[in-house]
Amino acid sequence: MSHASPADLAAAARAQLESLQGRGLKPKDRMAIPAQEMPQQDPDERSANFAEVALGYSPEQAQVEAMRCLQCRTAPCVEGCPVRIDIPGFVAAVAEGRFQDGIDIIKRNSLLPAICGRVCPQETQCQAPCTVGKALKDVDQAVSIGRLERFVADFERQQKPHAPAVAPATGKRVAVVGSGPASLVVAADVRREGHEVTILEAFHKPGGVMIYGIPEFRLPKAIVEEEIRTLIDMGVTIRCDYVVGRTRKLHDLIDQDGYDAVFVGTGAGLPVFMNIEGEHLVGVFSANEYLTRVNLMKAYDDRADTPIMRSRRVAVLGGGNVAMDAARTARRLGAESVRIIYRRTEQEMPARVEEVAHAKEEGIEFCLLQNASRVLGDEYGCVTGLECLRYQLGEPDDSGRRRPVEIPDSAFTIDLDTVIVAIGNNSNPLITQTTPGIDTNRWGNITIDDDGQTSIDGIYAGGDIVLGAATVILAMGQGRRAAAAINRRLAGG
Amino acid sequence: MHRIMRKQQLSAEVFRLEVAAPEIARERQPGQFVILQLHDYSERIPLTIADADAAAGTITLIFQTVGRTTHLLADLAEGEAIPHLVGPLGQPTHIEQVGTVVCVGGGIGVAPLHPIAQGFKQAGNRLVVIMGARSKDLLILEDEMRAMADELVICTDDGSYGRQDLVTAPLLEYCQAAEPPAAVVAIGPPVMMKFCAQTTRPFAIPTTVSLNTIMIDGTGMCGGCRVNVGGKTLFTCVDGPEFDGHAVDFDTLILRLGAYKAREAEDHHRCHLELGLEGAH
Ligand SMILES: Cc1cc2nc3c(=O)[nH]c(=O)nc-3n(C[C@H](O)[C@H](O)[C@H](O)COP(=O)(O)OP(=O)(O)OC[C@H]3O[C@@H](n4cnc5c(N)ncnc54)[C@H](O)[C@@H]3O)c2cc1C
Ligand code: SF4
Ligand code: FES
Repeated sequence: MSHASPADLAAAARAQLESLQGRGLKPKDRMAIPAQEMPQQDPDERSANFAEVALGYSPEQAQVEAMRCLQCRTAPCVEGCPVRIDIPGFVAAVAEGRFQDGIDIIKRNSLLPAICGRVCPQETQCQAPCTVGKALKDVDQAVSIGRLERFVADFERQQKPHAPAVAPATGKRVAVVGSGPASLVVAADVRREGHEVTILEAFHKPGGVMIYGIPEFRLPKAIVEEEIRTLIDMGVTIRCDYVVGRTRKLHDLIDQDGYDAVFVGTGAGLPVFMNIEGEHLVGVFSANEYLTRVNLMKAYDDRADTPIMRSRRVAVLGGGNVAMDAARTARRLGAESVRIIYRRTEQEMPARVEEVAHAKEEGIEFCLLQNASRVLGDEYGCVTGLECLRYQLGEPDDSGRRRPVEIPDSAFTIDLDTVIVAIGNNSNPLITQTTPGIDTNRWGNITIDDDGQTSIDGIYAGGDIVLGAATVILAMGQGRRAAAAINRRLAGG
Repeated sequence: MHRIMRKQQLSAEVFRLEVAAPEIARERQPGQFVILQLHDYSERIPLTIADADAAAGTITLIFQTVGRTTHLLADLAEGEAIPHLVGPLGQPTHIEQVGTVVCVGGGIGVAPLHPIAQGFKQAGNRLVVIMGARSKDLLILEDEMRAMADELVICTDDGSYGRQDLVTAPLLEYCQAAEPPAAVVAIGPPVMMKFCAQTTRPFAIPTTVSLNTIMIDGTGMCGGCRVNVGGKTLFTCVDGPEFDGHAVDFDTLILRLGAYKAREAEDHHRCHLELGLEGAH
């Protein structure tokens, strides 16, 4: 697939904008405006670098795209947004070139738009019910709400915004455990009310999955680092290398250290393995390990000490965002062949559609209706191949999805040196093991009430530790809700 | 920042550091470890906490220079600081009064064994310590162990000190004695732990081993520290580091560690050249 250059796209949009401006646009006219393509790095070039793939709309492209919005009174898009952003409101501002107003409207509901604009699965959220996409019978033709969100967020970042105002000190103290999106939002919302906030993070760097999981080419680390810098400017203290449950027990934060409330946002944990023969061989990684070695430990940099094998032939097991990220990362590290192995068909893949498309453009091979049954190794304990089975889709299961059924005698082997397992996570047991009295569900996720409070008074939780592996925006939404409850609690006392 | 308060060289390749880490010193229990990182590009490595002084706010680390990071660590002087130190991680040793406990330590494994042996002694057990090393000059913590052990056996591979034997020989004798030990703890190279577990298995003596795997986060996120124990995939950083030696699949563990060793051997050589240590042994 070839892409128009960013300059051509901008020029076409400029011409389009001139022809549209000043005209009273009817819904029919709006629907006739071509959907604006996202400028992106050339696939051949980008599969050898870690720079961001999507380059962002030009101001003209953003305005033209925003003009496609019909300003539906019922706003089905808002229903689809987990944090209920006033989408028609902000899109209208963009259409009129009032970009700062646009971002201000978004920020009433979302704190991390530069991040969400890049990583939210819009095609299953706000863009899925969009009237334009429905009318044109193609969800890809919906208004590109995510790209517009990204555009105004980037616009604001270039204006060097100053840190939000903080209310006078209240003398109340809140500990925030972990520093993923849920935690960052709690820190900001609670700090704004004048409470003292300390983030306690296990890793040597804050940011959670946005730093160690999602790769640079999808979410530049500089954006996450800026959000963290803003928190520091607001007076939030960040303590890294601090594992709650080990360095300090959760209840000691309240009983001994005098925190008035604690928020737990420790994320998902414990990667799931296939439990097949050969999984302990060298060259088999969980996607978490593989991505962490690259993103956080900088294994791609010659100066880094953390070893990562120079893989030539790689298989990634799984079909979610994590699998796409691992495959595309392996590609960028120089692997000659990278394949995704997935039990079902592309339709059932949970990954964002855009990431699947990007992966294909970068030469990732998709092996569908296949699954690994055994990892093969040599006498040194290193991976040499993978035995796979073929599948077909059978009867629908309870969830309505057609169940993959193994085809008898279909085993075949492929030569490989690296296998990356990306089939999901169990819950992180560290806090629950060391905190008597904290309730969990049967998957080990912490349970919370409508305020985001756990079974222990004053201890709140949100994000993947509650939801299981979910999304940035859902983590953020839960953080928001818990922060509001914490602020109410502290205002009362 | 964690300042190095005291530094000692225990043998040609083994160093002892007392490091300021008041929060870790306060919480730590025998069997637990820390993960440290020396700079932005360096790897994160786990080291057992050999001792701690909660009042002084320090922990003791004993390590052998094997890979790049341990060489750099050995290069730090008193007064300098370790930028990233996180812990105490892992499950503490389960210590109770059971009768006689035989603690077997091989090479650098004597360092993590020390606080565990101390714990068993303080809990009122009769303590037998078996220590092994390639040769006399590689033996560490002999005085400390001798001061608390009820019996101490030393083995060297080359016979330069104590018995010329593998540690499994005296261990077998204790197992065969009229009153065999109630529990065995073995810490050392994986091969040694494997053979210690094999030695005690026929006698059904509970045998604990402490595994030193590759680690990154230490919170159960990456899975790099996974081991096969009793047919299940467990995570050394959250489920361990101590496991039932009779259930650990040592063969895959040894293969896993072996494959990373080639790189370490290369580092060892290169670091010695760079740090001017080449003539040191
Ligand atoms: C590779 C990958 C790709 C993804 N892609 C997308 C995507 O495209 N779109 C999307 O919406 N979502 C995506 N997700 C999911 C999304 O990143 C998560 O849902 C989200 O980050 C969860 O946020 P959180 O606040 O719960 O915590 P996390 O981001 O998981 O952060 C938790 C933090 O807590 C720290 N921690 C853990 N235990 C402790 C402890 N005991 N003490 C102190 N700190 C602790 C961890 O070190 C970590 O920094 C992806 C995830 C991965 C792994
Ligand atoms: S559903 Fe689509 S067209 Fe309607 S208001 Fe939302 S973004 Fe605009
Ligand atoms: S070190 Fe990452 S899971 Fe144990």
